[in-house]
Amino acid sequence: MTFDEITKKLRDAFGDAVIEAQSEGVPEAFLKVAPAKIHEIAALLHDDPDLRFDYLMCLSGVDNGKETLGVVYHLYSMVHRHRLALKTDLPAADPKLATVSDLWPTANWHEREAWDMFGIVFENHPDLRRILLPEDYPGHPLRKDFKVPGFYNGMKVPY
Amino acid sequence: MPSDPTGTTDAPLTTSTGRRIRTEEMVLNMGPQHPSTHGVLRLELVVDGEIVVDVIPHIGYLHRCFEKHSEAMTNYQQVIPYCDRLDYLASMNMDWAYALAGEKLLGIEVPERVEYIRVIMAELQRIASHLLALGTYGLDVGAFTPFLFMFRDREKILDLFEMTCGARLLYNYIWIGGLSHDLPPDFIPKAKAFCKYFRPNIKEFNDLLTFNEIFIKRTANVGILPADVAVSYACSGPMLRGSGVKFDLRKDEPYGIYDKFAWEVPVGTGEVGTVGDCWDRYMVRVREMEQSLNIIEQALDRIPEGDVKSAVPRRIRPPAGDVYVRSESPRGEIGFYLVSDGTGSPYRLKARSPAFVNLSVCPEICRGYMIADIVAIVGSVDIVLGEVDR
Repeated sequence: MTFDEITKKLRDAFGDAVIEAQSEGVPEAFLKVAPAKIHEIAALLHDDPDLRFDYLMCLSGVDNGKETLGVVYHLYSMVHRHRLALKTDLPAADPKLATVSDLWPTANWHEREAWDMFGIVFENHPDLRRILLPEDYPGHPLRKDFKVPGFYNGMKVPY
Repeated sequence: MPSDPTGTTDAPLTTSTGRRIRTEEMVLNMGPQHPSTHGVLRLELVVDGEIVVDVIPHIGYLHRCFEKHSEAMTNYQQVIPYCDRLDYLASMNMDWAYALAGEKLLGIEVPERVEYIRVIMAELQRIASHLLALGTYGLDVGAFTPFLFMFRDREKILDLFEMTCGARLLYNYIWIGGLSHDLPPDFIPKAKAFCKYFRPNIKEFNDLLTFNEIFIKRTANVGILPADVAVSYACSGPMLRGSGVKFDLRKDEPYGIYDKFAWEVPVGTGEVGTVGDCWDRYMVRVREMEQSLNIIEQALDRIPEGDVKSAVPRRIRPPAGDVYVRSESPRGEIGFYLVSDGTGSPYRLKARSPAFVNLSVCPEICRGYMIADIVAIVGSVDIVLGEVDR
């Protein structure tokens, strides 16, 4: 399916939850959806026989500045060979989002990484622990307002 | 005699006098300093005797803040040496993947000579990386000699790289828009000589290791990864193709000039065991080396003249926007999610590294095997901790 067909299908099913569909004037087309509906939208993308996005290429956290954090899902279908970039924005003060690791098990580690680096809480995640940084690390370093602490457990860390 | 020596029922173990034996699972740490974990990976094994009940991988020991650093760079080209260090056994492929992302953001077309040189370098690198993977895999399961044979040939590829750009491992060779140097004058004859020399050696490896009875016993029917599990965990590269899924980005989403060459995508067929076992993953790598040789030979014959730096931009300031670009590294799909805000340095760069994702399926395929099999399974995934931890 083309990007416009996918957009139409999602608009028909979810109406206003599809906030923005951008395919012109950007390097790569993307869909922006409401964070509250993310799991239902993901489930449709995963299960619908025409869409069948069975391969989650990448899940990235982003700090958009402007008091919002973003999560970007890059999806691919092994069956139909089409792809989609799906974005959602969360308030930086209380970033909470439903997990998609029940649909794509690969999201498990990607979501742990987004929690580790951005502090995004994935609700119903089976094992939301830090993955790359030590468990006692203070803060979420890829946020733009993160200050490098200078000390870690009393040791001076030059940067 | 224990009442239940095989452990197939849930009945409690008892001694000959009828006294109950207390049994419990034990947690065993494998790594972070363990030779068969290929670096600083720690596997927390929950074992019942010799049987592994669960595996919990702990990663991050080699985290070097790649993503944080690249946001702090003052320009896009400065990120390339860091990309080298992501997967230090396949630096050419990493550089190329990043360069592709930058070129897509900028909308640059690179000259044809650059495309050919990139393909030659990436495929030579693939052979070098697979040689190391296969050699150390032999070591993991107890075969020392093949490792030496494979390292001998890998050295010859590293010599070619050294001749081209001065470095043997971390090249900083593929830049956004071009290359750092043109090929030296005697590169093409030397590379052709290498292909001619190397092709018969693959048969030698097969005689030494691949069809060795003990090796087959250690790897066939071990760590079976079914195709649907592989896709749901987004496995890629030999890990996915070993499970019989014919998917290779060079064929299915061709980047560069891969659509101009004639070659095959090898997949696992369960020749000596079950489809998706360790031996299949191993064998996909062996066959990929042959296919890489095919590609290199065609590219060497057809390489055009040209300037390799003509498209390298002086100042890189891509318009605001984001791209996700993926390509096929020896370990699978390396993707870069690159966000530009219109300034001279990346706003956000996420590396989707193949080994990170391939490792996440490990608990699924390790359960129920012996501890010694875990060594064989982790070896067959071919992880490089540099890119797992970034």
